[in-house]
Amino acid sequence: MKPKVLVIRTAGTNCDKETEFAFSSAGANTTLRHINYIKQKDELSDYQIICIPGGFSYGDDLGAGKILALEFICWFKNSLKKFVAQGGLILGICNGFQVLVKTGILPDLDFKQKVTLTNNDSGRFEDRWVYLKIRNQKSEIRNQKREIESVWLEGLPEVFNLPVAHGEGKFYAERSILDKIEVSGQVALRYVDQNSQPKGYPFNPNGSLNNIAGITDASGRILGLMPHPERCIFRHHSPFWKEREVYPWGLKFFANAISYFK
Amino acid sequence: MIYRVDVFSKTKESCPKIASQIKDLGIDKDCKVYCNKVYFIDSELSTELIHKIAADLLIDPIIEDYSLAQGLFTQLPSYNRILITYNPGVCDSVSLSLEKILKSLLLSVKSTRTAKFYEFTGLDKNDIGYLAPKILYNPLIEYVLDYEKAKGLKNLDEFSGKDYKFDLVTVDMLNLNPKELIEISINRCLSLSADEMQIIQEYFKKLKRNPTDCELETIATLWSEHCAHKTFRGVIEYEERDKNNKLIKKETIDNLLKNTVMKATKEINSPHCVSVFEDNSGVVRFNDDYNICFKVETHNHPSSLEPYGGASTGIGGVIRDILGTGCAARPFASVDIFCFSPWGIDYKDLPKGLLHPARIIKGVIKGVRDYGNRMGIPTVAGAVCFDERFLGNPLVYCGTLGILPKNKSFKKSKPGQLVILCGAKTGRDGIHGATFSSKELDEHTVSLTSAVQIGNPIEEKKLTEAILRARDANLFTAITDCGAGGISSAITELAQGHGVEVELDKVSLKYRGLNYTEIWISESQERMVFFTDKKNLKKLKQIFEEEDVTFSVVGRVTDTKKLILSYEANRVCELDLDFIFNLPKLKKAAVWVKKEESDCKLEEKSNYNKELNKVLSSPNIACKDWILREYDHEVQAGSVIKSIYGISEAAVNDASVVRPDLSDKRCVSIGLGINPFYSDIDPYWMAAAAIDEALRNVVAGGAKLDKTFILDNFSWGSPGNPEILGGLVRAAKACYDFSTYFGTPFISGKDSLYNEYMVGKKHISIPGTLLISAVSVIDDWSKTMTSNFKKSGHLLYIVGFTKPELGASEYFRGLGIKEGLVPKVDKNKAKNIFLRLSKAIGAGLIHSCHDLSEGGLGVALSEMCLSSNLGANIFLAEVPKEPGMLDYEVLFSESTSRFVVEVEKDKSEDFKKTMADSALGLIGCISSERKLIIYNAGNKEIINTNIDTLKESWTQTFKEFR
Repeated sequence: MKPKVLVIRTAGTNCDKETEFAFSSAGANTTLRHINYIKQKDELSDYQIICIPGGFSYGDDLGAGKILALEFICWFKNSLKKFVAQGGLILGICNGFQVLVKTGILPDLDFKQKVTLTNNDSGRFEDRWVYLKIRNQKSEIRNQKREIESVWLEGLPEVFNLPVAHGEGKFYAERSILDKIEVSGQVALRYVDQNSQPKGYPFNPNGSLNNIAGITDASGRILGLMPHPERCIFRHHSPFWKEREVYPWGLKFFANAISYFK
Repeated sequence: MIYRVDVFSKTKESCPKIASQIKDLGIDKDCKVYCNKVYFIDSELSTELIHKIAADLLIDPIIEDYSLAQGLFTQLPSYNRILITYNPGVCDSVSLSLEKILKSLLLSVKSTRTAKFYEFTGLDKNDIGYLAPKILYNPLIEYVLDYEKAKGLKNLDEFSGKDYKFDLVTVDMLNLNPKELIEISINRCLSLSADEMQIIQEYFKKLKRNPTDCELETIATLWSEHCAHKTFRGVIEYEERDKNNKLIKKETIDNLLKNTVMKATKEINSPHCVSVFEDNSGVVRFNDDYNICFKVETHNHPSSLEPYGGASTGIGGVIRDILGTGCAARPFASVDIFCFSPWGIDYKDLPKGLLHPARIIKGVIKGVRDYGNRMGIPTVAGAVCFDERFLGNPLVYCGTLGILPKNKSFKKSKPGQLVILCGAKTGRDGIHGATFSSKELDEHTVSLTSAVQIGNPIEEKKLTEAILRARDANLFTAITDCGAGGISSAITELAQGHGVEVELDKVSLKYRGLNYTEIWISESQERMVFFTDKKNLKKLKQIFEEEDVTFSVVGRVTDTKKLILSYEANRVCELDLDFIFNLPKLKKAAVWVKKEESDCKLEEKSNYNKELNKVLSSPNIACKDWILREYDHEVQAGSVIKSIYGISEAAVNDASVVRPDLSDKRCVSIGLGINPFYSDIDPYWMAAAAIDEALRNVVAGGAKLDKTFILDNFSWGSPGNPEILGGLVRAAKACYDFSTYFGTPFISGKDSLYNEYMVGKKHISIPGTLLISAVSVIDDWSKTMTSNFKKSGHLLYIVGFTKPELGASEYFRGLGIKEGLVPKVDKNKAKNIFLRLSKAIGAGLIHSCHDLSEGGLGVALSEMCLSSNLGANIFLAEVPKEPGMLDYEVLFSESTSRFVVEVEKDKSEDFKKTMADSALGLIGCISSERKLIIYNAGNKEIINTNIDTLKESWTQTFKEFR
């Protein structure tokens, strides 16, 4: 049985078709639905994976992801909780990540906004490739309990490239919240340079605190990230495919989610 | 009751960006600016609920806070606080989104509005009055709320119009003389000539009645230069004269378009062309299931007045052209090409009525970015040229490509079908846009405010999704976009063969107060018209409701060959379609006076390091990665070759390649050719060079000529001036000559004339500018090519023949030299070079390939080094060239049809064999030392420069924009 994936779109979502394509290429049974349709027939529990793709939902009017986040809270709060309790996976890419933090699904699934993604330090939208490093800090939880390696990140190399394209991607939280996320090992991805060292702009393209590019919930099953894995599923997506061997690591995110249910 | 919510950052920081812009204006004071986002909410909800709305919806609670008050003003006015909001009727997309979500949450609000609040410290009243319209708002679309006028407002509705009561207006013209007729044309802003007005008078004399205002407006719109292309389709009496003004050649050209551009396409008769010069864009074959289409438009006039709005509605418009092609295509890539004035001019030297070029540059780029990015269409390529003459009249070209199913490539319509208008609601936006763009700009242009609009990309995104779903469900048979002239031209053109009746009161309006004529000619953005059968309405309604897009049945197709309009059952227009579409042919005179080209030799220098760095830093050549990075050039995941890339460094490619269909390995390559400077010597060779450049770009990216198609976009001065029109004829003739020569047909094109402006009493015309956009279908993405060096030790060849052609070149213009020979495409050799190079790339013999354009060999080599962080050793002795050429000529000549190619040693014999009789020279090799070293024909070192120095020159020019 192919796992069932629901890709949710609304006015202004614009990475939906390639995200659907990426999941399908990885072997999923993917459905792309408008939120107005889902509001009519709440069917979240029919799926194993939910993805909120990138774009400018509602034009980012009132702030990136803000209106869609409010819709999620008003219409799907309980069904989302149920979905996660059933063992479902959630992926939020770019605008989807913004929605996940503004609903409060990330970091703690308590529907309280604790962190934000705000205007890039550069003050403008930028599309560029970055180096990403998989979570590296040993967390207490990891040491004490099981590895909470996120299912989404399995098998990825320590450092790899993906593209980012956003104007509001600076990860920001108050110090105490940030420390908590760090300690619990919820930072999934960080911006680094080619030597896997933290470095400023343009390696950290937006000024994110602690170079955070993506976080998970405590279970690792909910991932939000600013980079676009769905834009790195063919070799030719890499800017360097004509000069060296490259592997489309973005595809791995989707494949991981599929194999989790196999 | 009106509530006011002010949103500000928790840290209450000032805005350093605005402060630095104030310094740029020449106000050298220690000032601070604080900015709040302001929301006005007109509602009877309780204060508690408004607090909740503010806290839950209007702020980001992690970083922002708000204050809530009643009324428009929270404090008594003071000179250092200003509140800026949109003019009534200008699209306020944030307020539309806010109203929508509040409505869906069942919170009743009457209306909302957004504004910006600024508070200044350290500035006096005069400073603020001076700077505000320069950097904080554009009076064409926004205004400063006046305390005295606004304090008494009871509700926000008073911002918008009053109710309209029907009142039929007729224009008394049957008995007027020609002079009086032309006065009507001028007073009503119809842009119709005396002859045309007389023809209209004759028509109504036959009908024995006066026209209604609506009828006159309809004719003016459909006969406008913008809609009808009167110059290109008219009769031109063309003369060529020698430098002594002796007549050499005389001919009458009946329809320049048919005799040049379209004639070439007809003669080439490519089996890959599906629909050319018929629809809203040119359609060619892609694979067994799909065709692709391409259209490029200009939006020059609006961009000169309101750069952000002008550019955003420019790209919005061309996207709708793609949606309106066949039975709707899906847009998959965009390109944007700009011509600006250099931005160094001091504010006080700026002629009255013009915006500062820096503001135009930033506004235009932001407009394209915000619209294209929100639409989710990758903007994959572009070009920018700088010349002083673009000061009052910048050029903004926007192009979009689409993909559509083969069986949806043509429209069908029949009487009895319903006329559907869908998308955004109709307002007073852009009234007279079509007639306005057929005029020259002057200081008074500013009074034509309603011609300026700003776009709402989310509205268009929703519209796109709804239309594509309806297309796939076979729910309509013909579609077109509302562009210039709004529904008046869209509906009339789509119903051309039949006849149509429209009920104007069925059109959904943004606000009250529009009269029937305004509804008919409004150019409100983000609207489309389609024809469908009644049985489809239910399914259409379902789709459009889910996508949240307005649609209304506004009329029906008839078989009467008449255009009939009514408003509340009153007939307001009845015109014969045959009359409207049989517009009088304009007769114009054109003359081309041949200039004697004079060669110009400079004194040779012993070293050209400085010169090379200077050329690299010219704004025409310097790296524009900062622009492309602001565009989402990878959305839709089709990116194969990026025109600009690199992580911490910038690198460039000639072509941009994308895959429109991820399940097919075929891809599409896009190339652009533009060089307005050559026009100053001869527009014929300017056009030839533009075609050559666009083709060089795609060929260097791995494309082949037989699956390459081109588009023409002319931006020219006033065709009323015979010499200017003569140049246009020259350029069009070159289009025919070189399109047929290369076998690459034109599939679409557009012209924008009257690109002139007045400074005082002086006319300034732009240089005649032709943009050629090339699109190629490549069979396999893995066979594409990039421009950066791959490996040290690889050999470097120059392909093509070099002549001392530096007339209007980057090098000569940098030195202020006006003489010199303009580059001429060699009809005996160019095509052979392209064909053989394509073959070599296809056979895998080449590692990198870069074309030589502005700045010649010196710049091409530098860019290849910069894009790879490798160096090169080059020997000019091996460059195939005319005898006796000087070093700087070999370095900076802009001779066409040339490339630098990287080949590994083992393949060099095969490569040479493949290139056969083409001019070819082994000029050196790539080195791991990060230096570009060039030796002249006498093997003396004339350039030895570090890559970092080159990089500095290449990237510092646009510092203030980065």
